[in-house]
Amino acid sequence: MLAVQRMRQKPLDKLFACIQTHFTAKATGWQIRRGTEMAKKLIKPTFDTRRGVLQKMAIGAGALAGASAMPGLMRYAQAQSSEPIKIGFQCHRTGIGAAYGRWYERTSDAAVARINDMGGINGRPVELVIEDDGTDPKRGAEVLEKFAKQSNCDVAFGTLFSHVVIGSAPTAGELKLPYFVVSEGHHVASGMLNRYTLQPGITDVRSQVIAMAPFVADNLGKKVTMIFPDFAFGHDHRDYFSAAIKEKGGEVIEMIAIPPTETSFTKYFPKIPRETEVIYHVMVGPAVLTFVKEMGEFFGSNKPEIFGFIDSLEAVDINSPGLEFLEGTYFWEGNPRYAQADQTSFDKNYREAVGVNDQGSSITDPSDISTYAHMFGCWETLNIIKKGMETCDYKGPDDRQALIEAVEAMTDMPASDDHPQGTKEFNGKTHQAFGHQYISQVKDKKLNVVHTTPIEAGYYPEEVDYTKQPF
Amino acid sequence: MDFGPYLLLASLEGAVMAAVLALTAVGLSIVFGVMRVVNVAHGEFFMLGAVFAWWVASWAVGHPAIGFVLALILAPILVGLIASAADMIVLKRVEYDPERTIVATIGLLYIIQQVTLMTFGPEARPVQPPFNQRLALPWFEFGENGFAIVWPWGLGTTSYKLFVIAAAIAILLAVWALMSRTKLGLYMRATQLDRQMAQAFGINVERVYVSVFGFGAGLAALGAVLIVPIQQAHYLMGGDPLLLSFIVVIIGGLGSLSGTVVAAVLIGMSDGVISMFFSPTLAKILSTLLVAFILIFRPQGLFGKRAA
Amino acid sequence: MRPETKSLALHLGLLALLVIAQFVVSPFHHGNLSRIMVLAVFAMGYNVLFGYVGLLSLGHALFFSAGMYGMGLAMQHLGVSALAAITVGVFSAFVLSAVVGAVALRTTGVAFMIVTLMLAQAGYLAILYFGTYTRGDEGFVIQPELRTIAGLDLTDPTVRYFAAFLVLAVCLLLTLRLVHSSFGRVLVAIRENEERARMLGYDVFRHKLIAVIISGTLSGAAGAVYGLLFGYVGATFATVQYSILPLLWVLLGGAGTVIGPFIGTLFMFYLIDFSSGLTSAYMVVAGVVLVLLTLFAPQGLAGEVKRRLLPWLP
Repeated sequence: MLAVQRMRQKPLDKLFACIQTHFTAKATGWQIRRGTEMAKKLIKPTFDTRRGVLQKMAIGAGALAGASAMPGLMRYAQAQSSEPIKIGFQCHRTGIGAAYGRWYERTSDAAVARINDMGGINGRPVELVIEDDGTDPKRGAEVLEKFAKQSNCDVAFGTLFSHVVIGSAPTAGELKLPYFVVSEGHHVASGMLNRYTLQPGITDVRSQVIAMAPFVADNLGKKVTMIFPDFAFGHDHRDYFSAAIKEKGGEVIEMIAIPPTETSFTKYFPKIPRETEVIYHVMVGPAVLTFVKEMGEFFGSNKPEIFGFIDSLEAVDINSPGLEFLEGTYFWEGNPRYAQADQTSFDKNYREAVGVNDQGSSITDPSDISTYAHMFGCWETLNIIKKGMETCDYKGPDDRQALIEAVEAMTDMPASDDHPQGTKEFNGKTHQAFGHQYISQVKDKKLNVVHTTPIEAGYYPEEVDYTKQPF
Repeated sequence: MDFGPYLLLASLEGAVMAAVLALTAVGLSIVFGVMRVVNVAHGEFFMLGAVFAWWVASWAVGHPAIGFVLALILAPILVGLIASAADMIVLKRVEYDPERTIVATIGLLYIIQQVTLMTFGPEARPVQPPFNQRLALPWFEFGENGFAIVWPWGLGTTSYKLFVIAAAIAILLAVWALMSRTKLGLYMRATQLDRQMAQAFGINVERVYVSVFGFGAGLAALGAVLIVPIQQAHYLMGGDPLLLSFIVVIIGGLGSLSGTVVAAVLIGMSDGVISMFFSPTLAKILSTLLVAFILIFRPQGLFGKRAA
Repeated sequence: MRPETKSLALHLGLLALLVIAQFVVSPFHHGNLSRIMVLAVFAMGYNVLFGYVGLLSLGHALFFSAGMYGMGLAMQHLGVSALAAITVGVFSAFVLSAVVGAVALRTTGVAFMIVTLMLAQAGYLAILYFGTYTRGDEGFVIQPELRTIAGLDLTDPTVRYFAAFLVLAVCLLLTLRLVHSSFGRVLVAIRENEERARMLGYDVFRHKLIAVIISGTLSGAAGAVYGLLFGYVGATFATVQYSILPLLWVLLGGAGTVIGPFIGTLFMFYLIDFSSGLTSAYMVVAGVVLVLLTLFAPQGLAGEVKRRLLPWLP
C-alpha cells in the first residue's frame, strides 16, 4: 500500500521539485548578478568572484538569521554538511546511443547505491542528476551548462559517444566543471580536449587496438581485411591497427569503410579479397546484427578467421538466429560478458549489484542483453571520483581543481570491488587509463576468454601533457 | 570477386531493397497524391510495423512461420488503425493544410518514437524468418574447356530474400487491382483528381481521407514486416525509409503509382550497382547527387505530367 | 504611427529586452539565450526563403555547416584568426548558396525540397568522406585560446552573450530592412503569385536566386558563429535533422514574420529543456505541444499575434 502511494506521489513530487529548482535558480541568479556588480566595485575581481560573493552573502544571511533566531542557523549549518554531492550524469537516453545509455544508467545507479551504502563521499550522500543528451553534441553541451548552473552539480560524468564528448568538452572547460567520460575514444589522450576532461575508467581505442594486434597476427593470420564504420571511430581502428599489424609482419590488404545509416551490407562483401586470412570487423549502431548475419550468409561454410570488436554485437544476443556461423570466431571484449570459470569475486559482486546474470543479460529479463564490455567504466569512474574527492577532501565547487589534481596524481588502480574489470594504470598527463583487454572465442554459443593482454601491450607514446595546462 | 558474379549479387541486394522501398513509397505516394500532404511520420508507421511484427512473433508459439504470418496480417491492420485515428484526431482538424501538417506530423513522430522507446526499448530486436536457407548461386564461364558452370565464392542469397521480392510484387499487384478495379480505388482516384467534384458526386471525402491515410501507413507497415527478419526492429529505423520513399515518390512523379514503383527499382538497384565501383561512402555521395540531378533536369519526375 | 515605425519600435524593443536580460536572468538562462540568439539567426535566414518567397528547403543544414566548417577548417588547417575564419565561413556559405540556388531553382515545390535535401545529404557525406581533414562525425574542437576577436575572449559568458546579440541584432535589422524594401515586396509578390509577378516584368529567377543567397549566407553566418562561440565543429550539424529544425522553428514562431523565427527558436529550446525536467518521456510532451500548437495557433505564435492583434507585424 505504501509503495503504491509513493509511486503515485512520485510524478507530482518531481513536478514540484522541478518548479522549485526552477524558481530558486532564478532567484539566486538575481542575487549572483547583483552581487557581482557590488563585488566588482569592492574587491579585485577574480574568476570565482560570483561564487565567492554568494558564499559571503550566505554567511551574511546566516549571521542575520542567527541574530534573530538561533535555531534557524543551526538547521542551516546541518543542511550544509549533509547536503548531497551531486554528480551530473549525461546519459544517452534517446538517440542512437540509447541501448548503451540504458545500461550505463543501471550501472551508475548501482554504483551510487553502493557508495551511499558505504557512507557516501566524505560523509555526504551522493546524488545522480540525470539529463538526456539525445546522443547529440549540441544538446550535450547544453546539458553540461544545466549541470553547472542550474542543478549545481559538483562534477559531470558518463558520456559514451565520441562526438558528444568532443562537442561537450569545450563547455566543460569553460565552466571549469570536471567532466569524466566513459567513451573509449582516443579524443582525451590525443590532446584535443582540456584539463577538465578525463577518462580514468576505460581504456581508449588506440590502446585497445595495439594490444589486440599481436594476437591477431600470431594466431589468426597475417593478411587482414578491415570492415569498419566510416566514422572517426572507425578511422582510429583503421590507422592504429594497420600500423600495429605491420610491426608484427602482417598487412591490411583491404579496408572497407561502411557509410553511416547503412542498413544492408551484402553488397560490400565482394570487396573482400579472396586471399584474406582474417576479417577484422567493428561496427556500431542499430544495424550491427544485420551486418554480422549478412556476413555469415555471404561466406556460408567457407569463412576465413574472423576477429571482431564486441561493439559489433554489444546489447545483442549471441544466440540470435542467423549468428550460428560465429562459432569459433574471436571477439575483443572490454569486460567478459559471460562469467568465466576463473571469475573474480569482484566481477561476481559487480554483476550482482548491477543485476546482470552469468550470461551477461538482465536478471529480470534474460532477453535484455547488457553492454557489458563498456558499462563497467561507469562503475569504476564513479569510484575514482569518490577516491579523488576523498583524497582532496572535497567540500564544494571551489575544490574542483583540487579534485582534478587528485585524480591526475593517481597511478595504480588494482583490481578490487572498485575496479571489477581488472587492474588499471592511470596516466595523469594524458588523463587516460590503461587496462587489460580480453579476447574471447565463441564456443558452444558462449564467449570464452582465451587471452588476456598485459596492460603494457596497450602503451603508446604520450601525445599531450594536460598537467602543464593552466586551470 | 569477378565482375559478373558481383553484379548479380549487387543486383539481388538492390532488388530486395527496391521491393521494400516500393511498398513503403507506394503507401506515401497514395497519401501524398490523394491528400496532398507530406506525412513526416510515415517512417514511424514503418517502424511501428516492424515493432508490432516483433511483438506478435514473440507471442506466437510453434514454428517461426506462424508468428510471421500472424505479423504479416496483424501489424499492418494495427498500424493502419493508429494512422486512421491520427488522421481523425489531428490531421482533419488542421484541415490538411500542408504546413501545419508538417508540424503536426513531426509532433506525431516524437510521440511515436518516445512511446516505442519506453515500451519496446532501445535495442534492435530480431524476428526469426519463416524459412532462411542460404542458396549458393551458379555462374557461367567460358574457360579452356568451353562453357562451364561454376559456383563462385561468396555468390549467394537466401530463400527469404527471394521471398521478399516475390511477396512485394504480389502485394503491389494487389494494390494496383484495388486502385483500378474496386469502388474504393475509384473513390480515391476521384478524390485525387478533384476533391470538390468528388464531393459533389456524393463521395464522402472525409472517409476517403481516413482510409487513405490508414491504407498508406498499412503499406509501410507491410514493407517493414517483410524486412524485419533481415534487418531488426529498432525505434529509430523509420528515418531512412521516410527519406527514401519521399525521394522515390517525387522522382517517380507525383500521383503516378507506376512511376513510384519504377523509381523505387531505379533507386534500389542503383544503390547496389554504384557501390560496386566506388568506395562505399563515395558511392552514396554519387547516388545522392544522381537523384538531385534527375530532378533538376526533369522537375516533374520521371512519370509526372506537369510541374508539381 | 506608420506601420514601419511601429514595427521598428517593436523590434528595437525586443533587442532592448535582450540587452536588459543580460543583467537579469540567471547564469543558466543567460547561457541558453546566447545559444538561442545564434540559432535564431539560422531560423531567420531560413525564413527569408521559406516565409517570404514560399520556397520550402530541406537542405539548410548544408549552409549552416558550410559556415561552420568554413570557419573551423580555416582555423584548424590554415591557422587564420577568428575574425578571418568567420569571413571564410560566411563566404563559403555565400558561394555554396549561389551554386545550390542556380541549380535547385530550376525546380519548385516538392522537387525543390528533394533537390535541396539531396544536395545537403551529399554535403554531409562529403564531410565524412574527407574525414582526414574534418575528423568525420566526431568533429573537432576550436581551442579556447584561439577564440578571441580583437582581444575579447569569446569563452567569457558576457562577451559571448554580446557577440551573439550583435549577430542577432544585425540580422534582425537587416531582415526588417529587406522586408520593407521594394525587393522584399517583390519576393512576397512571387510567393503569392509567381506568374503574376513575372507578367508584371519582374525577373523572378533573379529575385529568387538572391533570396536563396541571402538565406544561405545568413544561415552560414549562424553556423560559423555557433562553431566559434561554443568551440565545436561537427558533422551532426550537417545532418537532415538540422535542416528540419529551422523549418520547425519558423513554423512554430510564424513564417513570414521577422520576429517569428526568434520566438520559435526560444519556444522550442525551452519546450525541450523544461519538459525534460518534468519527465524522462519529454519527447511525448514536446510532441503533444507541437500537435496542440498546430491545432490552436495555425499561423505559429507570432503569426497568431499578427492575425489577431497586430496586423501590421512584418
